[in-house]
Amino acid sequence: MTTAEGQQHPLGIYFKIWGLLFVLSTMSYLVDVLDFQGYLRWTLILIFMLLKAGLIVSVFMHMMWERLAIVYAILVPTLALMVLLSLMAIEGNYTEFTRFLYFGGGG
Amino acid sequence: MTQADVTQHASPAERPDGLQGVVADWASDQRAFKGVPWGKAMMWIFLLSDTFIFSSFLISYMTVRMSTTVPWPFPSEVFALHLFGTDVPLILIAIMTFILISSSGTMVLAVNFGYRSNRKLTTLMLVVTALLGASFVGMQAFEWTKLILEGVRPWGNPFGAPQFGSTFFMITGFHGAHVSIGVLFLLIVARKVWRGDYDDGRRGFFTSRKGSYGTVEIMGLYWHFVDLVWVFIFALFYLW
Repeated sequence: MTTAEGQQHPLGIYFKIWGLLFVLSTMSYLVDVLDFQGYLRWTLILIFMLLKAGLIVSVFMHMMWERLAIVYAILVPTLALMVLLSLMAIEGNYTEFTRFLYFGGGG
Repeated sequence: MTQADVTQHASPAERPDGLQGVVADWASDQRAFKGVPWGKAMMWIFLLSDTFIFSSFLISYMTVRMSTTVPWPFPSEVFALHLFGTDVPLILIAIMTFILISSSGTMVLAVNFGYRSNRKLTTLMLVVTALLGASFVGMQAFEWTKLILEGVRPWGNPFGAPQFGSTFFMITGFHGAHVSIGVLFLLIVARKVWRGDYDDGRRGFFTSRKGSYGTVEIMGLYWHFVDLVWVFIFALFYLW
């Protein structure tokens, strides 16, 4: 499917993904309208978010047609962010704990 | 390395796929990204760096939201609009989301028509994308005005935790700036396409190099990235 330079694909797949993104956005909006709370809400939000992100990157940005050399070069470094995310989650929890401990909820 | 090496191995078909292909492509003394023009590779690397900037913003937002002992303002109510006699939650944000997705759709059509050398349709789609992007920025300006009039400031707000304002203005402002720059970028590319720069090989103003319809695809990568960032902001800031 790939030509040497440039990405040329049938239009149909773009319209399908476009529609799918609309459906997924509506569903994530409905999570708020229907007022789901707690773990159900967070799980649904994350699932819809990751599905939309995946569709945009793989089809609209043509990642699924690129060679693995560039796919890995772009996508693997983002995993480093997971480390930052976990460190800051620990940090955030600890800061909240110390604020409750020393400021009694006033921080 | 001879010139022949570059050109002979540039065609992706002759090379192994999978992990073996990654090793072969990354091996020394050759072009690593087969079938990817240098401009596109550079745009991807820029977008990777932008990913780190936006992720740092979103992670710092997570950190302050986790660590504050004051209740976080309820986004569903803060961003509600009073329409037809009721408060509709997040309606403006939902409309902005659909507009940005649609602009991504028209962008991808522009890329496709570009590679078919359909000058008129490419220009049309680029202009439509720019208009959708501009309307997105307009709605964001409306939203900012509304919140500022309600007393939301970077250092405090009437709804709850003071960190809400700073993270909100920081994250949506940085994203809005990206959209605005994207609109300019789109209009510049649209003008070049309309003038036929990519058909008659006119040399660029800054680069003095001949452009090609690949430029539209590179422009598209930037625009889709803006949409991609909004997906994360919508989920993590507005819906969470």
